Amino acid sequence: MNRIHAAFRRARDEGRAAVVPYLTAGYPSLEAYLDTATQLLEFADLMEIGLPYSDPLGDGPTIQRSGEAALRAGVRTADVVALVAALRQRTDKPLLLMTYVNPVFAWGPARFFAAFAEAGLDGVILPDLPPDEDPEVVRAARDAGLATVFLLAPTSTDARIREVVGHTTGFVYTVSVTGVTGARSELPDLAPLVGRIRAQTELPIAIGFGVSGAETARQAARVADGVVVGSALIRKLASGEDPVPLLAEIRRAARVE
Amino acid sequence: MYLPEYPLPDERGRFGPYGGRYVPETLMPALEELEAAYRRLRRDPDFLAELEDHLRHYAGRPSPLYFARNLTEAWGGARVYLKREDLNHTGAHKINNTLGQALIAKRMGKHRVIAETGAGQHGVSVATVAALFGLEAVIYMGAEDVRRQELNVFRMELLGAEVRTVTSGTQTLKDATNEAIRDWVTNVEDTFYILGSVVGPHPYPMLVRDLQSVIGLELARQLQEAEGRDTPDAIVAAVGGGSNAIGAFAPFAYRPAEKRPRLIGVEAAGEGLASGRHAASIGAGKRGVLHGSYMYLLYDGDGQILPAHSVSAGLDYPGVGPEHSHYADAGVAEYVAVTDEEALAAFRLLSRAEGILPALESAHAVAYAAKLAPQMGRDQVLVINLSGRGDKDVTEVMRLLGKESR
Repeated sequence: MNRIHAAFRRARDEGRAAVVPYLTAGYPSLEAYLDTATQLLEFADLMEIGLPYSDPLGDGPTIQRSGEAALRAGVRTADVVALVAALRQRTDKPLLLMTYVNPVFAWGPARFFAAFAEAGLDGVILPDLPPDEDPEVVRAARDAGLATVFLLAPTSTDARIREVVGHTTGFVYTVSVTGVTGARSELPDLAPLVGRIRAQTELPIAIGFGVSGAETARQAARVADGVVVGSALIRKLASGEDPVPLLAEIRRAARVE
Repeated sequence: MYLPEYPLPDERGRFGPYGGRYVPETLMPALEELEAAYRRLRRDPDFLAELEDHLRHYAGRPSPLYFARNLTEAWGGARVYLKREDLNHTGAHKINNTLGQALIAKRMGKHRVIAETGAGQHGVSVATVAALFGLEAVIYMGAEDVRRQELNVFRMELLGAEVRTVTSGTQTLKDATNEAIRDWVTNVEDTFYILGSVVGPHPYPMLVRDLQSVIGLELARQLQEAEGRDTPDAIVAAVGGGSNAIGAFAPFAYRPAEKRPRLIGVEAAGEGLASGRHAASIGAGKRGVLHGSYMYLLYDGDGQILPAHSVSAGLDYPGVGPEHSHYADAGVAEYVAVTDEEALAAFRLLSRAEGILPALESAHAVAYAAKLAPQMGRDQVLVINLSGRGDKDVTEVMRLLGKESR
């Protein structure tokens, strides 16, 4: 069992859905990121690290702005490798990188994934890579020892679900709504989609996009094995507030009933 | 009327290694649905008849193939023809594509269309067909472009479209495209995305190429009438994303090499390739992914997309369509680059020599033809794809020439 599956298992044993915070690496600064991420780790089961990208077409305004700010501040891919290494010094919890595919091509998939794996990364989330689209990239991640995570959406057909879970070795990242990332006040009924995915895989399923606080976390935890929260945390950071209490609240709410 | 079927892309939407579908999973079913609908409609006689009727009576096709006597004499080489896409309704080749896609949207039962636009040409074209077919249209345009192209914003609004200003990233065409894709991801159930060039995820590069192929097919027929042969010795066209060029090239590109004219795509060298301020994705780019497609692209060592620059807003895009990327590798077409300054000179030249104001995009093709034609024989034929008219650029040219003379 890899470290990712173990983390989901442990959370379930504690009667919770796994809590997966997302922060944009290097936002608001390299140092501040490391501090915040370290504090969030206390309430996290897995950690998602966003590589800042110039053209994040799957992200809503909150994550877009944070990525732009990080890039303006000069954050480079090599800095993010170093951040992963620094986090790995501080935790045994699974660390996953979320990256659009062009930064992977820029370094070359083998070099890119090897650098992050060496730094202590456990897995990679590729939001603009349907896995059947470029099996070589997926293979390169696997060869570097990284677990692979892809997204599924409410529009996903059973055929797409089958295809995507077949390439997944980490968890199934299920997008709660058609749309981009961003905090929402409520989520649609997730049971039908999660049910269709469960019918095809035993991999852990995490709900992302739209989780903003206790209520949405509770709703996601009712059907899924994990809850990803990103924009809501970054919104706190952007307004100079501490995001840690929000994650603590989400963790408390993510009880499995 | 027919839509030609070419050997590429393959069933995975690839032109060699280029193309594909690098998109959020949410869009995969919509792309599959669009591809299936298009593959059905392209052979549907009713659809083709409706498209042909609109191309003829609404867009004004066929566009003339004009023998440019004065240019031919001035350059002293090849016989020079202009394929007059500038004479289409809305003043450019864009309408060939938007009419086709709007008709597909209608047949798919989608009543809301969205689009990206840079300078506003594609946006105006989409707003136009939306008005014609009674569709709701939302056009995404970068804040920087909204400022520079005030008149086109008003034009789109007059036509009944909503223009949404995009303030993310570089606030230009690439960011407007990101925002259009985000809208599509969000409203995919009832929305049709009318993409403006031969870029984006499969099937768009194929779909837009097929719809623009009317340029090359007409050109062959018209040349047959004018010169007694259907193949010129060279075709020159400007390349940003590459839709007007692919329309002129594709009908010839899959012939055996010895039966193929020289196909020359002209990219924007901006202030010069060495300056870093240019839009020459093939000339100076690397392979990568933007807007769902693997292609030649301008990006830095970490894969961050670099801003493109050209005096011509329509060429100001940091990538180039996957089919052009493939043509370049396979040697099917040649790609060269022309600076802002050369394009401006060509803008003035064509205005004075033939009484035709070309779009600054098309002026790039004219500028390269000015170098090539004198080296060709007097019995040879060179066709310039004059993709659009220059009226939209007059203010910008006035500003630039004013600056020069002072």
